[in-house]
Amino acid sequence: MLSIRNLEASYGRIQALHGVDIDVEAGEIVTLIGANGAGKTTLLMTLCGKPRAGKGSITFEGEDITRLPTYQIVRRGIAHAPEGRRIFPRMSVLENLQMGAVTVDPKYFADDLDRVLTLFPRLKERIGQRGGTLSGGEQQMLAIGRALMSRPRLLLLDEPSLGLAPLVVRQIFDIIRDINRQQKVTVFLVEQNAFHALKLAHRAYVMVNGRIAMSGSGAELLADAGVRAAYLEGGHEAPPPRPAPEAAP
Amino acid sequence: MDYFLQQLINGLTLGSIYGLIAIGYTMVYGIIGMINFAHGDLYMVGAFISMIAFMLLAVLGITSVPLALALVLVMAMLFTAVYGWAIERIAYRPLRGSFKLAPLISAIGMSIVLENYVQIAQGARVKPMQPLIQGGFDLSLQPGHHTSLSLLQILIMLLTVGLMAVFSWIITKTPLGRAQRATEQDMTMATLLGVNVDRIISATFIIGACLAAVAGLMVTLYYGVIDFYIGFIAGMKAFTAAVLGGIGSLPGAMLGGLLIGLIEAFWSGYFSIEYKDVATFGILVMVLIFRPTGLLGKPEIEKV
Repeated sequence: MLSIRNLEASYGRIQALHGVDIDVEAGEIVTLIGANGAGKTTLLMTLCGKPRAGKGSITFEGEDITRLPTYQIVRRGIAHAPEGRRIFPRMSVLENLQMGAVTVDPKYFADDLDRVLTLFPRLKERIGQRGGTLSGGEQQMLAIGRALMSRPRLLLLDEPSLGLAPLVVRQIFDIIRDINRQQKVTVFLVEQNAFHALKLAHRAYVMVNGRIAMSGSGAELLADAGVRAAYLEGGHEAPPPRPAPEAAP
Repeated sequence: MDYFLQQLINGLTLGSIYGLIAIGYTMVYGIIGMINFAHGDLYMVGAFISMIAFMLLAVLGITSVPLALALVLVMAMLFTAVYGWAIERIAYRPLRGSFKLAPLISAIGMSIVLENYVQIAQGARVKPMQPLIQGGFDLSLQPGHHTSLSLLQILIMLLTVGLMAVFSWIITKTPLGRAQRATEQDMTMATLLGVNVDRIISATFIIGACLAAVAGLMVTLYYGVIDFYIGFIAGMKAFTAAVLGGIGSLPGAMLGGLLIGLIEAFWSGYFSIEYKDVATFGILVMVLIFRPTGLLGKPEIEKV
């Protein structure tokens, strides 16, 4: 469904991705774990053309979308719930959801809204409230709900667990599983919370310093000694397994 | 009392005009975080287009005043909108993502270009215009005093109220307005959701230009004289109004416009007409020192 080949991307003069290869098949939940600053968020943003890929290609459902303008990406069926949730703070919950549906024929709106509010009953209670006044968990629900309003086939989630209480994290991950199973939406999940992410995912990739260091099924990586040491037992502070040092530019 | 009432009427009329221009400043600032220094000149261009349109209609033999007014209104908005759109394409879009001062400088350049272009094309002399709408009401409260409310003043205030109602409706209720607010609050997120931000920014300049064109038409009718330089001082005052109301806040721009109009009218009426600009810009200085966010521009407390 989504295939990323030899992708490179930079912010200004700092190169963040060094030839990344990732495949996501329809119906899967694929997760990408890695330490802070490994390039996970950059990868998701590069899929949407911000920043533009320097080299390599991104193919979605057979179409090369590497050079597509950002606002066109979502029209192809890719929705993004980005890092930090990016709720429109001075717009109501309803308006935020309406913004999620800007690319969709208005005739679907009522049904889609109903579907999202059934998935997140909390949002229904808060429907007229401004986005900026919601709690962190509610904002995350709104970010996912807003992404679903565009009727995506592929949902990109960037650290949905960040800053949330453990109970809320579990709730969010349950909902992600539901979205994948019941609504047949493929999910590409970026997480620092490796334990939950690996348990949820069919397959997983580990990113270190802008490169894919390891890949396998969620269960395999969960059992891997290196992954356990770097991302699970030692917490995020433990140094990740480093690849061979880069040649000086 | 009569004198006070008269100044009040004059101030509200003037304030309506400033308010319409101020909206253009505040909208553009809200979306791209820049002051469009060529916006005052759009109002001047709107005034000239109105005058040309009136002459054209006179040549064509359209003498019905309401019909002529409606036609001129449409023409002024249409042509000024093209200018507004062009300013964004020429002076802003190529510099998006450049360092912050660059579009500011190019906008000032655009303003100079527009002023000189009109000066060359239309001449530097003041253009007079026959009063088109006459008559009014006598509101004198005491004998021997004189207070009048002209039909033109009523028209200006009604048109302003009507336009602001339409404008507020566009911003709060339509998909275009929603996309504009979303773009203003988080441009990257709006793009990720499929909003074509370029189109939204163009629309913002076009709406601002339309409102400035109406202000230009009003001033042509109200004062009966225009020249190529009126955009500068009116632009600065409307900018002051936008800052006073809280730059980026739309109700603030309307309120700020009215307040600046009232301050100017009362200052001229009770103190000195020569120093009315000092009063206005004194307000600008005071606001910037004591309340930089303006009256309605209180930043929201947001959870991150």
